[in-house]
Amino acid sequence: MSTLIKFDQVSKLYPATSRAGGLTPALRKVSFELPPGEVISLIGESGSGKTTIGKVLLRLARPTSGTVTFGGKDITAYSQRGLRDYYRDVQGVFQDPFSSYNPIYRVDRVYDMVRGSYFPKVSDSEWSGRVEAALDSVALNPGDVLGKYPHQLSGGQQQRLLIARALLLEVKVLVADEIISMLDASTRVDVLNLLVKLKRQGLAILFITHDLSLGNYVSDRTIILRHGAIVEMGATEKIFANPRHEYTRMLLSAVPELHSKWQHSPLGPVAVAAPALALAPALAQASMLDELTHAEQVVKRDLRAVFGGARAVASGKSQVALALEPPQLREYEPDHLVADPE
Amino acid sequence: MSVRVENLSVAYRSHRGDVTAVDDVSFALADGEIMGLAGESGSGKSTIGNALIYLDQRMKATGGTVTVDGRELPISDDRAMRPLRMTEVSLVPQYAMSALTPTRKIGKLITDLLKSHHVKDRDAVLTELRRRLALIGLTEEVLGKYSFELSGGMRQRVTIIMSTLLNPSLLIADEVTSALDVSTQRAVGEMLLEFRDRGYVKSAIAITHDLSILAQIADSIAIMYAGRLAERAPVATIVNEPLHPYTQALIASLPEVGVRHDQVTLTGIPGRPPSLVNPPAGCRFRDRCPFAFDKCLETPPFLQVRPGHSVACWKVSDSRAAVAGRPGQEQAV
Repeated sequence: MSTLIKFDQVSKLYPATSRAGGLTPALRKVSFELPPGEVISLIGESGSGKTTIGKVLLRLARPTSGTVTFGGKDITAYSQRGLRDYYRDVQGVFQDPFSSYNPIYRVDRVYDMVRGSYFPKVSDSEWSGRVEAALDSVALNPGDVLGKYPHQLSGGQQQRLLIARALLLEVKVLVADEIISMLDASTRVDVLNLLVKLKRQGLAILFITHDLSLGNYVSDRTIILRHGAIVEMGATEKIFANPRHEYTRMLLSAVPELHSKWQHSPLGPVAVAAPALALAPALAQASMLDELTHAEQVVKRDLRAVFGGARAVASGKSQVALALEPPQLREYEPDHLVADPE
Repeated sequence: MSVRVENLSVAYRSHRGDVTAVDDVSFALADGEIMGLAGESGSGKSTIGNALIYLDQRMKATGGTVTVDGRELPISDDRAMRPLRMTEVSLVPQYAMSALTPTRKIGKLITDLLKSHHVKDRDAVLTELRRRLALIGLTEEVLGKYSFELSGGMRQRVTIIMSTLLNPSLLIADEVTSALDVSTQRAVGEMLLEFRDRGYVKSAIAITHDLSILAQIADSIAIMYAGRLAERAPVATIVNEPLHPYTQALIASLPEVGVRHDQVTLTGIPGRPPSLVNPPAGCRFRDRCPFAFDKCLETPPFLQVRPGHSVACWKVSDSRAAVAGRPGQEQAV
């Protein structure tokens, strides 16, 4: 079995959050494969769909179309027991540890629940040994964290407790959604190295981030997402050495680096009530992105028009299908695909 | 010197006694200076920021003074501080993304702000507001929107606009870029620079754990460790020739674009900071420091080793003293 996870033409539409209504295409026909022992970085800005991919894989969101398979089996087919076994193999750790805990219980409860569901026969002493080993591998001192309430711990501690929880399950696939962004610099690298260690033991990791240097450090392959579609994907070193898509280049140019400064060109005088001229390139870039996200919330047709076949309204169908159609990916070199400009 | 913090100590009340989160910290900012304040969570960096503007009920200043433009801030007196907030000292809070209430439109929030500060010439301020919105690429339309209708980057920029609207002497920007995408991060970073250059804020303290952002926007960086200052120097010095072992380890642990795990294995700093409930005597980095020796059982003084560069480390101050003892060698340092 060479491929553990396979995304095939997966799309996801969400109702838009604006007062105008409509639908937001969060994913547009995304296809990729994740073999065991590989780390794939999903890189993109907010609204690019990177978190949605993680949610679909964890069955927290149902794809609007397309299929996701785990070991050849469609994950939407699981129910009850099958789903429980699925979660034994596939687990997620999320960006915001604060919302992952129930504040009225002690943090140990997340471990007790794992034990209750999956390891009811393990003895107390063996279980506490396992918990300590898991905590040790994420550089936490059991005495400091066990028995505490979430508000008594720092974000970094909470986050590492959750990674340790996934380790207790000995999962095959880990969805790591921005798990580093709330950690301190001195412990960040330890968590990254931990991911590398786990990967060498055969864990497949979907590493979701907006930080290109972190993604680059840890991953074998990289997928750059923009507005729900893949714009560039392939071997990490090829993408970073030779970014082909304009968007990838823009992202790379905005990464703060220790040893080189951004070129900041001061803005000229601005007249009051001037049309919103964003003068610095980076500012222009940002507001352009804001507008694009907004513009893409205009898909207002019935979902059936896209996916329903017979009942689809001809004109509506073509319009929505067009909005969902991702840019064409072409091979630039082996293991390096680049999308056409949109 | 527009801002001078001297021997500031701040404690949190807890049922196990006071916890000194900021211990005898001194620094100064020149006019137009952006100082980065970096450190791990729990190092006291946000506590310093909060102490300069609002000591909440859990906190108390146990010593020290803060002077802004030659006037001492009454930091322990909430009532006396009130008129100085937003005008003398202002804060962009750590969770700026959620700092805007979803029940009021942005424009209403701004008029509330002007009302509560008894701003006389509101029209002039609102004209200035429109100019600043245009400057950062937002249209007046945002004033008629609710915060949830804006993207994260827009919300962050609106929060900064509001915090700086009354031209504070000192802006405390607490983790303003942490929750943002790289391109938005850059836009917000450049916005801070631009606002400083235009004099909307006289000086600023940017609090973050992200040294690479500070390398872009700050003029100098102060590194905190377990409630104390470890090192303070111009940005280039911190990045290229840090002296404190903690700063060195911190810089070494940062992955740069283009570095991969199979080429270079970066290392974090083993161990963790000491608990501040009963902190050990002496240097607080001692247990994690590869260079620790006997003398580290005493608290190292925060000494200037050359203009603008201060370090709290016995190894450094000893070797500097040795060098300084030899005539003619000082220039070479």
